[in-house]
Order: sequence, then structure tokens, then C-alpha cells
Amino acid sequence: MAQTTASAQPRRSVFPAALFGALIALVVVALLSIAIGSNPLSLDAVLHGLFSYDGRYDDVVVRDSRLPRTVLGVLVGLALGLAGALMQGVTRNPVADPGLLGVNYGAAVAIVLASTTFGIQAPAALVWFAFAGAVFATALVYALGGTVSPVRLVLAGVAVQATFVGINQAAQVIDTHTLDRMRFWLVGTLANRDMDVLAPLLPFLVAGLILALASARGLNAIALGADVAHGLGASPARTRTVAMLAVGLLCGSATAAVGPIAFVGLMIPHLVRLMVGQDHRQVLPLSMLLGPVLVLGCDVLGRLLGAPGELQVGIMTDVFGGLMFLVLVRRLWGAGR
Amino acid sequence: MRVHAGHVALAMNARTTVAVLGMLATLLVVGVFAIGTGDYSMSPAAVLRTLAGDGTKAEYLIVVEQRLPRLVVGALVGAALGIAGAVFQSLTRNPLGSPDIIGFTTGSATGGIVSILLLGAGAAQVAAGALVGGMLTAAAITLLCGRHGLGGYRMVLLGVGLSVVLAGVNSYLLTRAFVEDAAQATTWLVGNLAGRDWNSVWPLVITLAVLVPVLVVHVPALRMLESGELIAAGLGVRVSRSRQTLIVIAVACTAVATATAGPIAFVALAAPQLARRLTRYAGPNVLPGAGMGALLVVLADFAGQRLLSASLLPAGVVTGALGGVYLAWLLFWERRRSW
Repeated sequence: MAQTTASAQPRRSVFPAALFGALIALVVVALLSIAIGSNPLSLDAVLHGLFSYDGRYDDVVVRDSRLPRTVLGVLVGLALGLAGALMQGVTRNPVADPGLLGVNYGAAVAIVLASTTFGIQAPAALVWFAFAGAVFATALVYALGGTVSPVRLVLAGVAVQATFVGINQAAQVIDTHTLDRMRFWLVGTLANRDMDVLAPLLPFLVAGLILALASARGLNAIALGADVAHGLGASPARTRTVAMLAVGLLCGSATAAVGPIAFVGLMIPHLVRLMVGQDHRQVLPLSMLLGPVLVLGCDVLGRLLGAPGELQVGIMTDVFGGLMFLVLVRRLWGAGR
Repeated sequence: MRVHAGHVALAMNARTTVAVLGMLATLLVVGVFAIGTGDYSMSPAAVLRTLAGDGTKAEYLIVVEQRLPRLVVGALVGAALGIAGAVFQSLTRNPLGSPDIIGFTTGSATGGIVSILLLGAGAAQVAAGALVGGMLTAAAITLLCGRHGLGGYRMVLLGVGLSVVLAGVNSYLLTRAFVEDAAQATTWLVGNLAGRDWNSVWPLVITLAVLVPVLVVHVPALRMLESGELIAAGLGVRVSRSRQTLIVIAVACTAVATATAGPIAFVALAAPQLARRLTRYAGPNVLPGAGMGALLVVLADFAGQRLLSASLLPAGVVTGALGGVYLAWLLFWERRRSW
């Protein structure tokens, strides 16, 4: 790649600017996400609702429906962006993504099994199954696909997705009524999510966040290769374990909260590395800030395109992520096979 | 040398012939059982008696007007998918270069939905839409692959990416649709043989009757293309023209199958490979692939009706779930390969 000719020195000065820009972008998208909807609000109304709440109708809209949705989008985007950066760092595989091709369908299958075999219906209980299913499916895809070859990984994703989708569809055919709620987990959406469901997930999200940021230095060592990493006194095996644990916590809670949203973790780290280079101490925080920008941006766009209804954010990220994936494949395999 | 080559070809042909005949026989047996299955269940003997013309009027109605066309549609759809898969896997010299992995099936589905939503849901419109969608997807993949040409794992990745985008577009189109259109499009998108009658059979028969003779003419070229374009050109094959014709045939087969039954996943991937295990023939297994495809779809439809006592599973759901397991198995056992 052409960027490698530039030395690391000028890149370092890019980081503060990139951080600042990401923060600005996040604030702008968050405000848009609060303002845009079936009842469009002016910026004044949004700010009034946020900072000088006095119970008028627009304030209630802001506080009770738009703000929770935006907060949810921020948390989920943060988790997915960070998880993607971690995964690409650990596997050194350019197409690694926590939600790649329906890994998150594991959550849906777990919920199907929970509802059909154990008869569990309470959302607060189903969340745990979603969590376990997401982690299990991630492990399954990576066990099948290995971590090194992009092709194997993608195909393992296709295989696991097809099987899980088949199970889900079969379950829907068998039992239409009680599984109606399960449809929420088939396409990721920020709409109508219960904030109470999110609360028990927050500790996991925070734990994942801390583990992730703590592994930045170790990931830099891994990037140099296992031998060099050992020579530098790092422990690649421990870093990998910690980082994958963090991925499981982050993706599990994100999927349990909003359903499958793929490709955020694929797109964001690539964009970030284009800006600031390979240092994980910079890539991880920036991915964490830009993940929410993408998720909220897609959510807002879905509301605009889908009006008067809305298009689920999972569909939007699939379309953009798929296009980005095409560009990526063309770039990475430009010369080779 | 020539004698030796001819001897080898003959030996392979014998094995292939046995394999194809075996598949046909299995297909007939499964077909008799499948026809006997349903709300009004019939013994195989009763089915055969009715087919011979000695059944009651009610039995005739059920067997010939309802269940036989469904069976025939399933077999023909499977055969078309098997052909498409065999041609594409040979053309791309890649076991994963089959229409369902690289996005043609999804593209055909997109075309089909667009025509259901814009033009209404006549069989002809859906077929035309699916054909146009499949062709456009093929063109898009060719463009994306650029000067590297079709083939290799780059194409597989590009195809997977494109089908993700198209699947998103399909979901978008469904949300834009009126409720009744969307319901119809959703049923179709699962891949379903239920309710197919003789009206669905004829477009398939006509399309295959046109395509298969052209294909037979081009099979020798396909065999040589599989050993490499330079070799094929050296042997006198007009490479780009043969390849274009073969692509058009394969896409048309995918499109007509998709238009009739919706996207039935993984048959195009698995059928030629399973057929190859039977024939042990290294070249393009077009005819055995067609037979295996027919068998797979009919079996999937039969299993979908028998697996659960209370409800019917669409064939596309069965092939999707089993095909995913098959792909996983493929990845697992070939994990030492360099991809």
C-alpha cells in the first residue's frame, strides 16, 4: 500500500485531529438521530429537550423515545466498532468482523430454542440466551474458518448463517405465534427496544471495554509477529485470550440488546487505519468513537429512506458493509489471485 | 495413445452411465413415495395403479393434477440448478464458484421481487425479472473481477459481498411493498414448491429444451476450458465466445429455476460435487450434476413434508439448513487446503 512509505512520525500528529473530528461527528449524528423521525424536531427543540426539560410534548418525545434509542445506538456502535478492531488485530485477518455474515444469527437460534424447548418468554431471560448464542456462534465460525485465511472465514460465516437461518425458518413455520417476538433478533434494529433489557448487560459491556483497551499494547506486539512479540517480553497467547474474551463480551451484549448488526466491525477499523495507521493505542479508541457514528448514521438514513415506516439499521449496515467489503476485496487482492 | 485415451473415456462413461441411471431409479422410487405423501396418503401400489390409469377419479385428481406436477417441477428445478452449478464450477475452476455462493441466485431473486412489485406477479413477469436480475448480477461480478477474470477465491469473496448487498436490497424492496405483494414475495423468497401445477412445468420444460442442446454442443469446450484458457485456445476453442455462451446458459438455468421455485439454496453447490463422488469423473459433471440436483430437490421437498408431522417445511428451508452443514463439512475436511 502507498501509505506505508509515509513514516510513523507525521501520523502521530494526525491522531488528536482525528479524535476531535470523530467526537464532532458523533455529536452531530447523535443530534440528527434525536431530531429526525416521523415527528421532525428543530435543533432548538432538541437542545431544549435535552438541557431544559419542562415536560412539553417535544421534550417528552426527546427524552422518552429519541434519547434512549440514540443512547442504545451509541453503546452498540461502540461495542461493535471496538470488537471489530480487536478481532482484526488478534487474527491479523482483514475481513474479520464479529457479525460477519450472520454470526449473530446464533443469538436468534438460542432464543428460538429457549422459547420452543424451555417455553421462556420473558425478555429479561431471553437476553441471556441471546448472549450465549452470539458467543457460541462466533466461536463456531472461527473454529470452522480458522483465523488466517479470509476466504475460509467468510465461507464458514456463510455456512453457519445458512444453517441457523434454516433452523430459524423451520421454527417459525412450526410455531408462528410464540415466536413472533423472535423476529426482532433476525434483523438488527434500534426501534422499540426495551431499555430495561439493556441494564443487566451494561456490566458486561463495561468489562469488555476495559479488557479491550488494556490489550492495545499487546496487539501492537502481535502485529509484529509471534517471535518478535516474545522477544519484546509480550505474551501473545494471553493477549489473544483477553482480546477474544473482550470480543465475546462486547458482541454478546450488543447482539442481545439490538439483534444482529453486521459489518460495523469490518468497516470502521479499516477507515480508522486509513487515517491513523496501525498503532492499536490509537485504532481502538477511534474505532470506539466512529462505530456509533456509523450505527446512528445508518439508523437515521433508514428512517429517512423507509419513511413513513423505517428500514432496520441491520439492513442498512448490510448494504453499506457489503459494498465496503467489495471495495476491500478488490483492494487487498488487486494484484494476486 | 489414442486407443488408451478412448479406453479411459469409455470406462468413465460406463461409470457415469451407471451413476446417472442409478440416480434416475432413486428419483422414481422417491417420487412414488412423495406422491403418496400428504393429507390423503396413498400406498406406493395405489400411486402406481393411478399413474397407470386404473385409479378412482379422486385419486387421479390428487396424483396427476396436484402431486405429480409438484414432483416434476422439483426435479426440473433441481436439474437446472445442477447444470448451472456444474457449468460454473468448471468455468471458474473452483468448487465454490457456484451460482448460489457467488450471488446469482440472490440476484435472480432481486429481479423476481422487482417484477412482482412493479409489474405484478404473473409467472412470465417473475421469470423475466429473475432472468434480467441474474444476468445483471453476472455482469456485475464480471466487472468487479475485472481483468483477473472469473475464477479464484477473489471472485468467491466478491460474490459473497455482492449477495449480502443484494439481500439487503431485497429486504428494502419488501418493506416498500404493499402488504399482499410482500406476503407473496416472502413466500417465494423462502424457496417453495408448494402449489406448483402443470402451468409451472411448461416454462421449465421449454427453457431446458432450448438450453440443453446448446449446452451439449459446448460441453467439449467446457472440458477444455477447465484445463486452462491457454490450453483451450491452443486446442482450437474460441475461448471468450464459448465462455460467454456457457455463462448465459448457466445464468438462464439459475434464473428459470429461481423464477419457478424461489431461491433454493446450495443445490447448485452440492449437486455437481456429490455427482462427482459417484462418477469419479474429473471433468465437468453436467448430466450427473443435473440428475443429482433433481434428486436433492425432490428429496428436500419430500423430507420437508415428512420431517414434522404437524407442519410443512418449504424445500428451500431444508436445502438451506442441510447445505449450510454440507459447506461446513467441506470446510472442515478440506482445512489443510491453502485457502
